[in-house]
Amino acid sequence: MNFSFSDEEKAFREEVREFLASVLTPDMKRAQGMTPSVFSDKEISDPWHRALASKGWAAPGWPPEAGGPTWTPAQRWIFATECAKAGAPSVSPMGVAMVGPVIIRFGTPEQKAKYLPRILNGEDYWCQGYSEPGSGSDLASLKTRAVRDGDHYVINGTKIWTTHAHHANMMFALVRTDDTGRKQEGISFILIDMTSPGITIRPILTIGGDHEVNQVFFDDVRVPVENRIGEEGLGWTYGKYLLEFERGGGIAAARLRRGLQHVIELANGEAPGQPIDDPALAMKISEIEIDIDALELTELRIMSALQTGQNPGAVSSLLKLRNSEIKQAVTRLAVDVLGYDALVWEPTRPLYGLNRATLPEIELPVVPEYLNSRAFTIFGGSSEVQRDIIAKLMVGL
Amino acid sequence: MDLTPTEEQRLLRESAGRFVRAQYNADARRKRAEAGEGFSAGAWREFADLGWLALPLPEAHGGLGGGAVEVGMLMEAFGEGLVDSPYVSTVILGAGAIAAAGSPAQQADLLPKIAEGALRVAFAHSERQARYNLADVATHAVKDADGWVLDGAKTAVLDADEADLLIVSARIHGNRADAKGIGLFIVPRDAEGVTLTTDLRLGGGKVSQVRLAGVRLGAGALLGGLEDALPVIEAVSDHATAALCAEAVGMMQTLVETTAAYIKTREQFGKPLSVNQALRHRMADMAVAVEEARSLALRAALFADAEPAARARAVSGAKAKIGRGARFVAEQAVQLHGGMGVTEELEIGAFLKRVVFFDAMFGGVDHHLKRHAALSAAGRAA
Repeated sequence: MNFSFSDEEKAFREEVREFLASVLTPDMKRAQGMTPSVFSDKEISDPWHRALASKGWAAPGWPPEAGGPTWTPAQRWIFATECAKAGAPSVSPMGVAMVGPVIIRFGTPEQKAKYLPRILNGEDYWCQGYSEPGSGSDLASLKTRAVRDGDHYVINGTKIWTTHAHHANMMFALVRTDDTGRKQEGISFILIDMTSPGITIRPILTIGGDHEVNQVFFDDVRVPVENRIGEEGLGWTYGKYLLEFERGGGIAAARLRRGLQHVIELANGEAPGQPIDDPALAMKISEIEIDIDALELTELRIMSALQTGQNPGAVSSLLKLRNSEIKQAVTRLAVDVLGYDALVWEPTRPLYGLNRATLPEIELPVVPEYLNSRAFTIFGGSSEVQRDIIAKLMVGL
Repeated sequence: MDLTPTEEQRLLRESAGRFVRAQYNADARRKRAEAGEGFSAGAWREFADLGWLALPLPEAHGGLGGGAVEVGMLMEAFGEGLVDSPYVSTVILGAGAIAAAGSPAQQADLLPKIAEGALRVAFAHSERQARYNLADVATHAVKDADGWVLDGAKTAVLDADEADLLIVSARIHGNRADAKGIGLFIVPRDAEGVTLTTDLRLGGGKVSQVRLAGVRLGAGALLGGLEDALPVIEAVSDHATAALCAEAVGMMQTLVETTAAYIKTREQFGKPLSVNQALRHRMADMAVAVEEARSLALRAALFADAEPAARARAVSGAKAKIGRGARFVAEQAVQLHGGMGVTEELEIGAFLKRVVFFDAMFGGVDHHLKRHAALSAAGRAA
């Protein structure tokens, strides 16, 4: 057991820090700091993605033959942690972290050749077509139909909560190709060109004032059969594989720590709520910091297991549950520190586009972020679903 | 960076697990409780033979030079079986203080005997008025021509009744809660003027109140000749707290496993309790508490030899959160066992009692949150 990084790992950390110092502009950091969402706006994430791609660092989890950087789990942890510390934007996860691994694992050589380079260099912007108005936690009940017509599928139905559908030119979706068997059977995984005729996007405004998610309608949308991943009817298997990636991000502590640092800065500033020398606030900060310490050490234990070729077990639900709950605790505390400034509502988006506002810049994203973060315990499998999984897999019930 | 156990650590953990499963399984615990037996001399002998007493002691004095991580592995196994040994009092607190503050001669005299199992030591520091303030020492030591005279009273002294020696803190100069001027004294338990009032300890073992009335000691009784021993007291208290945190993890693990097994077999309304989502989610939260506790106990051990403020922050963070988590797990284990959970017929209550001991020992949740917050504020100001 060794609690410090090796010389090689330290050298890598230095390389990451130098890279971050050279590509992260003050504008980028300011914009990211004023983004209330876990998803960076496309206009911030695009230049960031291009900078990473030109360094060969856009897809940390991919194998080298697909263009991944052949990092060890420790290097991935260091990279994610340093990015968070530096206040870097996040790369849109739908391409690199979600559909990419599915194409790598289950795609044909043609599909890999066509899509992977475009994901890697950020040319394609992906969105995820999973949830439907009638299918939330019970995802397998989805009803959007794909009916075979020659060498096309004809798609009818609707998807909801589609993050950045209004930016995306591609969607990966679960669609029903058969409804005669169990509901998990008869689902297929398909890639849809968002410019296809018959697609309509309806924006959904969320309580934080952001337009992130949408409802997408399909009206006789024709998609070539060659856009199907793997076999017809096995989409549920591929979709679950992807969800493991969605949940198993596993490197969240550093971003939470940065959020808590933001709370401390607010309390050190002029916000009229609890000041930093309030002992009650200090106790709350400590409680959250200890929660983050626990999460970080858990991440490091998992990283160590992966590094030595061991199976870390069913931990992705635990990480997702705690990350989301701590995130909400951080944003809630930030609102407390704001005091009366929490009453001022700024509807303009993006916030970094504002030249002047009543509140100082450091306070502007606080209430929107608090409201936005309510979704953390809902998306990607709600906390209730995560507890079901933990009870089953970790407790053995 | 690699937090997986080394081969040596894995073997240690396995041997500890084997010992606990063989000698501290539920049946053995029940028989021992019925016979009113405490920890036996034979078991202590076995601890010595297995190298556990020597584990964290310095190699120069018969020790194995292990660290807090290895101690934590042992303690976690002890917790799984609710072992009630004087390990923390003798090896972590007593020997820890001797190794940290003792003169070379004192170390050479005492540590090998502890490692062999021939000498037990208790740590007599806490006083009632001090609450959890480690600097608050009213017991005083006066130097005269022959040596030292100690007067005062100590509370919550673990396993003193079977100890050969007490390590007693006493104020040599300064005011009651001054950081400076505290010494640690080697006091034979049967020295004249030492009176023990010993009770059963909640959750297993014994706890003593120690009165010191005109206890005369030789000039060499002051550990290391050190008149500013507070940093040593803080360090060994933190090390013992970290060890107890690891023990609590083992206890929480057993409670979750036992409760899961119970609700899977107990049927009500024609189906096992475990099909109810309210109960499944409660158990999920209990399992999460165990994993967080496991991470924080390891973190406390990994910081055991860091600079004092970092060590104290890691230990207080762990103690605060594990204290709360262990209470939650133990209380919910009682709850999910229903009426049986509050009877002496099941062992759940014995674990709950040990959890209450754990939570109180060295300060509860709020004390450690405050300590963590104060250290953090000092760090921010620096």
